Amino acid sequence: MLSESSLFLKGVLLGSVFCALITMLGHIKIDYGKRTHHHERHHLQAPNKEDILKISEDERTELSKSFRVYCIILVKPKDVRLWAAVKETWAKHCDKAEFFSSENVKVFESVNMETNDMWLMMRKAYKYAFDKYRDQYNWFFLAHPTTFAIIENLKYFLLKKNSSQPFYLGHTAKSGDLEYVSVGGGIVLSIESIKRLNSLLSIPEKCPEKGRMVREVSEDKQLAVCLKYAGVFAENAEDSKGKDVFNTKSVGIFIREAMTNHPNQVVEGCCSDMAITFNGLTCNQMYVMMYGVYHLRAFGHVFNDVLVFLPVNGSDND
Amino acid sequence: MSEIHFREMASKSWLNILTFLCGSAVGFVLCSQLLSILLEEQKDIQPSILHNDPHARHSDDNEQNHLEGQMNFDADASQHKDENTDIAEKLYQKVKILCWVMTGPQNLEKKAKHVKATWAQRCNKVLFMSSEENKDFPAVGLKTREGRDQLYWKTIKAFQYVHDHYLEDADWFMKADDDTYVILDNLRWLLSKYNPEEPIYFGRRFKPYVKQGYMSGGAGYVLSKEALKRFVEAFKTDKCTHSSSIEDLALGRCMEIINVEAGDSRDTTGKETFHPFVPEHHLIKGYLPRTFWYWNYNYYPPVEGPGCCSDLAVSFHYVDPTAMYELEYLVYHLRPYGYLYRYQPALPEKILKEFFV
Repeated sequence: MLSESSLFLKGVLLGSVFCALITMLGHIKIDYGKRTHHHERHHLQAPNKEDILKISEDERTELSKSFRVYCIILVKPKDVRLWAAVKETWAKHCDKAEFFSSENVKVFESVNMETNDMWLMMRKAYKYAFDKYRDQYNWFFLAHPTTFAIIENLKYFLLKKNSSQPFYLGHTAKSGDLEYVSVGGGIVLSIESIKRLNSLLSIPEKCPEKGRMVREVSEDKQLAVCLKYAGVFAENAEDSKGKDVFNTKSVGIFIREAMTNHPNQVVEGCCSDMAITFNGLTCNQMYVMMYGVYHLRAFGHVFNDVLVFLPVNGSDND
Repeated sequence: MSEIHFREMASKSWLNILTFLCGSAVGFVLCSQLLSILLEEQKDIQPSILHNDPHARHSDDNEQNHLEGQMNFDADASQHKDENTDIAEKLYQKVKILCWVMTGPQNLEKKAKHVKATWAQRCNKVLFMSSEENKDFPAVGLKTREGRDQLYWKTIKAFQYVHDHYLEDADWFMKADDDTYVILDNLRWLLSKYNPEEPIYFGRRFKPYVKQGYMSGGAGYVLSKEALKRFVEAFKTDKCTHSSSIEDLALGRCMEIINVEAGDSRDTTGKETFHPFVPEHHLIKGYLPRTFWYWNYNYYPPVEGPGCCSDLAVSFHYVDPTAMYELEYLVYHLRPYGYLYRYQPALPEKILKEFFV
């Protein structure tokens, strides 16, 4: 009996030592991994005010006008109310916004992609946009109708970025080794990226219409795979404090999380002042965000922004 | 014999091996559980982000009781570096507002706490009024009972308390609920055109029952110094009595009796600034059904949709704790860079003069 229990205890000891060793090794690997990931996981930051001030007044006016953002919103008939809300709210601030739907919907103007498959819709939309607008727009922003976007903050973020470089940015996530931009937070492509994408779309080995996986792979991951072949890599966009500017959650969710995780610093710990997108909004929340962002403010707080973006002509909703 | 012995030995050693493996499995599992708990705890320690609060630079403010800005604004310090708050600061000094928040013992931690963490800090002075005193929060004890029927009593006593202790500390006296969100900067802009020695009060004006109208309780209302004096005096001389438990209506009746004017709080484009509901209820067409009492109560023609609410809104009501912080974020943090707002109201004359002296 004694020898058995001592054997058991020896076993326990060995087991725990083994476990501790594995955990430590695992952590070292993760830490090391994190560090290398840090390098691999591309972060892109908003510009510094100092950089902008170096530009002359005239150049700044030219700069304001040099961002031409084309917005692609992928919709399905069931999204009709959100579609209407987006159309009446933030989409007006794109230099041009077009809705790409899976099928024709009465009363709503859209480009018919004639497919229910999200990846096919995305491919066709990018091809359409590139073929038609390659000379008129230099940045392409793709979103779902559950996303609210502040295009002015997008333009500010892109300030020092050259659109002839292959940019592919938004809120990134990882799937195994693949780093991709989550479609929920919105996807930004420079003209160079969309050009490269376009040339790959016709090569089924690189950019298949049907993923090679047995299970369905989401369209944002498929896009990342495709772009990788073209040497275009996903980058996570952050403000000067390291906060994400593209968000896959709504303000309400962030606030609720902050109230639980750091109740003494709810608003500070929440979200960037220069946030570009929030996702998961209801139709009503679109209008509330529009009011909250483009109207509601505190009197006597004046910002000396170096660029000016005028309100949209003839729009009454901002 | 030796064979049996051998088999015995073999089975015994199998048992030994099994025991050993069991032991190591148990040890492994226990250890991994322990480590995972320890490591989770490490992850939970958040770095605290503390920066200088530019909004609390009130150098001329000698108020002893001034509730210091507890909240540190700068999650993104460089953004606020672009921010010029001179005008807001000037108004803070010129238009002194004492806020008192109607709350109760049960709601201090549930609701009033979030008011305290957000807009209350922008009042020149803030008091939390409860039926019982709470030295820690801190909250003033009015020595009443709690309940909807006690609201007018609490209001009368609260104003009395403010009058007796803080009359000379402010120009305007604002009443709000613990589910009201108030944008003090915009209230100061509204009030800057008026003289606190005038008998006047502002809020969301309702038309029934009182000829000149009365102000919605939930949306909050603000009395001039003169109005406060007259109100308190009226109860001493029985000009006004505790006539009903409907707080806002009863107060409105009293105001009319003592010749305090019901002011027009709309902005220069005619949009309402005090709101009895959250933004969503006003901004969405059809949210409030046509049969709802609200449509018949509003003194001025009620508007739903984008024209409902001024850019310089002063208050919203029925704001739950989450929405308090959301509004705080939308008003004081998130903004569209470089955007030129359509509504650019002028600075009041009085303040302009101050600036160029």
